[in-house]
Amino acid sequence: MRFGVIVFPGSNCDHDAFYAVSQNLGQQAEFIWHDSASLGPVDAVILPGGFAYGDYLRCGAIAKFSPVMQAVKRFAAEGGPVLGICNGFQVLVEAGLLPGALIRNQGLKFICRELRLAVATTQSPFTNAAELGQVLRVPIAHGEGCYYADERTLDELEAEDRVAFRYLDNPNGSLRGIAGILSRERNVMGMMPHPERASDPLMGSSDGLVVFESLLRAAVHA
Amino acid sequence: MTATTITPEVVAQHQLTPAEYQKIVDILGREPSYTELGIFSVMWSEHCSYKSSRLHLKKLPTRGKLVVQGPGENAGIVDIGGGYVIAFKIESHNHPSFIEPFQGAATGVGGILRDIFTMGARPIAVMDSLRFGRLDDPQTGPRNRRILAGVVSGIAHYGNCFGVPTVGGECLFEPCYDGNPLVNVFALGVSKKEDIFYAKAAGVGNPVIYVGARTGRDGIHGASMASAEFTEESKQKRPNVQVGDPFMEKLLLEACLEAMQTGAIVGIQDMGAAGLTCSTCEMGSRGEVGIEIELDKVPQRETGMTPYEIMLSESQERMLLVADKGREDEVFAVFRKWGLAASEIGIVTGDGKLRVKHHGAVVAEIPNRELADEAPLYDRPHVAQVRSLPEGALPEVPVQEALPKLLAAPDITSKRWIWEQYDYQVRTNTIAGPERADAAILRIKETGSSIAMALDGNGRYCYLSPGEGARLAVAECCRNLSTVGAEPVAATNCLNFGNPERPEIMAQLVEAIEAIAEACRFFETPITGGNVSLYNETLGEGIYPTPVLGIVGLLPTAAPVTVPFKNAGRSVILLGGAGECDEVRFGGTEYAKEIAGQLWGLPPALDMEREKRVQAAIREIVAEGLAESAHDLSDGGLAVALAECCFSKAGIGAQVDLASDLRPEILLFHEGPSRILLSTANAHRVREIAEKHGVEAPVIGLTMEKGLEIRQRTQTLGAWDIGTLASTYGQSLEASLG
Repeated sequence: MRFGVIVFPGSNCDHDAFYAVSQNLGQQAEFIWHDSASLGPVDAVILPGGFAYGDYLRCGAIAKFSPVMQAVKRFAAEGGPVLGICNGFQVLVEAGLLPGALIRNQGLKFICRELRLAVATTQSPFTNAAELGQVLRVPIAHGEGCYYADERTLDELEAEDRVAFRYLDNPNGSLRGIAGILSRERNVMGMMPHPERASDPLMGSSDGLVVFESLLRAAVHA
Repeated sequence: MTATTITPEVVAQHQLTPAEYQKIVDILGREPSYTELGIFSVMWSEHCSYKSSRLHLKKLPTRGKLVVQGPGENAGIVDIGGGYVIAFKIESHNHPSFIEPFQGAATGVGGILRDIFTMGARPIAVMDSLRFGRLDDPQTGPRNRRILAGVVSGIAHYGNCFGVPTVGGECLFEPCYDGNPLVNVFALGVSKKEDIFYAKAAGVGNPVIYVGARTGRDGIHGASMASAEFTEESKQKRPNVQVGDPFMEKLLLEACLEAMQTGAIVGIQDMGAAGLTCSTCEMGSRGEVGIEIELDKVPQRETGMTPYEIMLSESQERMLLVADKGREDEVFAVFRKWGLAASEIGIVTGDGKLRVKHHGAVVAEIPNRELADEAPLYDRPHVAQVRSLPEGALPEVPVQEALPKLLAAPDITSKRWIWEQYDYQVRTNTIAGPERADAAILRIKETGSSIAMALDGNGRYCYLSPGEGARLAVAECCRNLSTVGAEPVAATNCLNFGNPERPEIMAQLVEAIEAIAEACRFFETPITGGNVSLYNETLGEGIYPTPVLGIVGLLPTAAPVTVPFKNAGRSVILLGGAGECDEVRFGGTEYAKEIAGQLWGLPPALDMEREKRVQAAIREIVAEGLAESAHDLSDGGLAVALAECCFSKAGIGAQVDLASDLRPEILLFHEGPSRILLSTANAHRVREIAEKHGVEAPVIGLTMEKGLEIRQRTQTLGAWDIGTLASTYGQSLEASLG
């Protein structure tokens, strides 16, 4: 399986995602520069964490205009799996690929902390290798990760089983404890926690690897 | 532009003495222009020239079998094997952080990161050593809290966005830092050995290229500001503090590392203190060449900037490099890819001079070597002050109450509120981050091995005895590394002192440097670079002498040995034994500070021979996989260390019984060095190893499912619920910040 890791100016978890899928998962990976008009032959796309374009204006607000995002949108429209982690989630929301918004943490401070996530659905290419309700130890590292959407959207997300992960100890005030969500077609997922940082026992947890294993399983069965 | 006449007042405003001015006239063979005066004043400032400390810094050991580059470059370089090296250095940003905490601290991080990647190394870790005034002081507390919050968010802002993990550090509080906080940043990067770059210009006719942010009027005379005491007027110097842009720096990092790979770069240096002035003349001096630049070609943020302003600006995120003539386009192409403006602003010449032109006219012409390397050198008088501190009296406070009180003390309490604001994991190398183990541990993916980093300093000890305090800092730093199983290999230091023109302050500096030299020689950790920050005084009040040591160690990659007990029923061993301490040596402890409310006597006594044996023993114990947990004794002594070993999700406690006749307060809270607390399932083997090294290793108790109980010769001194202690330890800092 071949992963494409998008590199925006200011991405800083690009190498980490690359390492997780290539070394910990044992698959192929390549970096895709932000001004590329096409993605090339990849089976899944990762928008990594960081501060794309400095996160000026608003997190992800400038990145959505970057040429590669047109290619990402086409890839998603064709059913290709797209995973946005942390800043990548913020970019996906800004680009309209996922609903809602990520606003300043409730405590107004950046938080880096390992915490517990519950798998809220296994019906997705990102969670099919996990068990429903399984608790994963995965770290967060963000200042603007409070998931926000209007009630109707939140109800819809829940009714359509599109909440992928929930915090067990909500660190940032996210509505309904939402840590990750799926698109309506279920092939785009954004999550604030960093599964790529929890893909190697040396980092204290390898619980996050299940996200990448799920993608691998989905690709094999596709 | 109107030419400013150079009068004795103008010279004095530039903090140059009449004798220094005469030296300038002698070098030039004429009176300097105003621009030239400005250039000399920053290069010869204490901050850039080390004119008060250079003479003594020469005493430091700088060579070792693994040292590839010692002091004199942007960072020291050490071989870690497998064809890779690490580049590291510590630097202070004390003065700017007092004037504007957020930007002062942020640009402190930015500056040291540039020092690392300018050498071709990718920064992989940062640690911070911070000092503030007391947070609970009725008068100064509110300001100290504001400074702390500003500094922490400044460090977080810059490091998190840049993408370097802040993996640990230290943060201590004393009234002497009220008007003069300390912000020391220790950064480390990794590079292939053959990819190291030096800040050296070469090749007459080669183009000099400027890259990065535009030059503005910010930070003019930052270096001189950092070379004077604070007065009431200092608050007006806010415009001297630069503003950082970590996104720009991230682009610079990636672009510079990529441009270096083209092979078309000859030399490169960041524009830090003294900006364009420092980078041009230092690169020229190191390469024994001249550099000629035209200021019209320097990208500028504002109009109408004078040559003086352009040369002295300390605008952030700028680099200067020399490229191979004819291959400039390869370099420009990389910078274009990263959206950075790069401009050719001059050329390398053969006459050894820094020649600065503005609108085609020469506005400064100074020999590089004299400017960069022949700054005045002072052997300032140093006379140790004979202090008579009142002998402190130990109050009758039951151990049962004293321990929680110490766990809530600002120096000891958990700094989680601080380090959770730092991304300590980005780049996924952090095997042990903040407060997990005695040292931070990072894996080096490229080599398969790991490094450990520790940062230590104790101003209170150094105030009581600068020499003993400095030796203790080196010893503790090495002990922290050894406790996680790492072999200490090289060091960097940041010397924070008061006004060197006062003989008693100068004496502190000299004594500390000589002690660091002695200890670093003894522990075989040569100093590969560092920073001296003097004039840390506000309104005539000096700080405690505060040398801070950053030391790096090497170890195999493995699951880390961390602080907390892991399992019940294990033997608790006090490697190095209960130690000895009298009331004189007790006067610098946290107990004396927090419980007795006094400072007296001398710091704990250090026997370096014994320290070395203890460290060798713990390294061997860890290497054999015998230690389930390990934690050295430092602030707060044995009782505090025991409590810290109980703090984990599992909450494993211990029951210990000490066979000692020391007075209980001294036994439990003295800070005698060379002691490490560990838990093991194989006490027999641990004791065998200790005996081989000639180190005591009494089994003092057993780990338990819950609770901490301390006895002395079967008599209970105290028994605590771990959850209660843990919340005291975990929440006191946040509570004091309100």
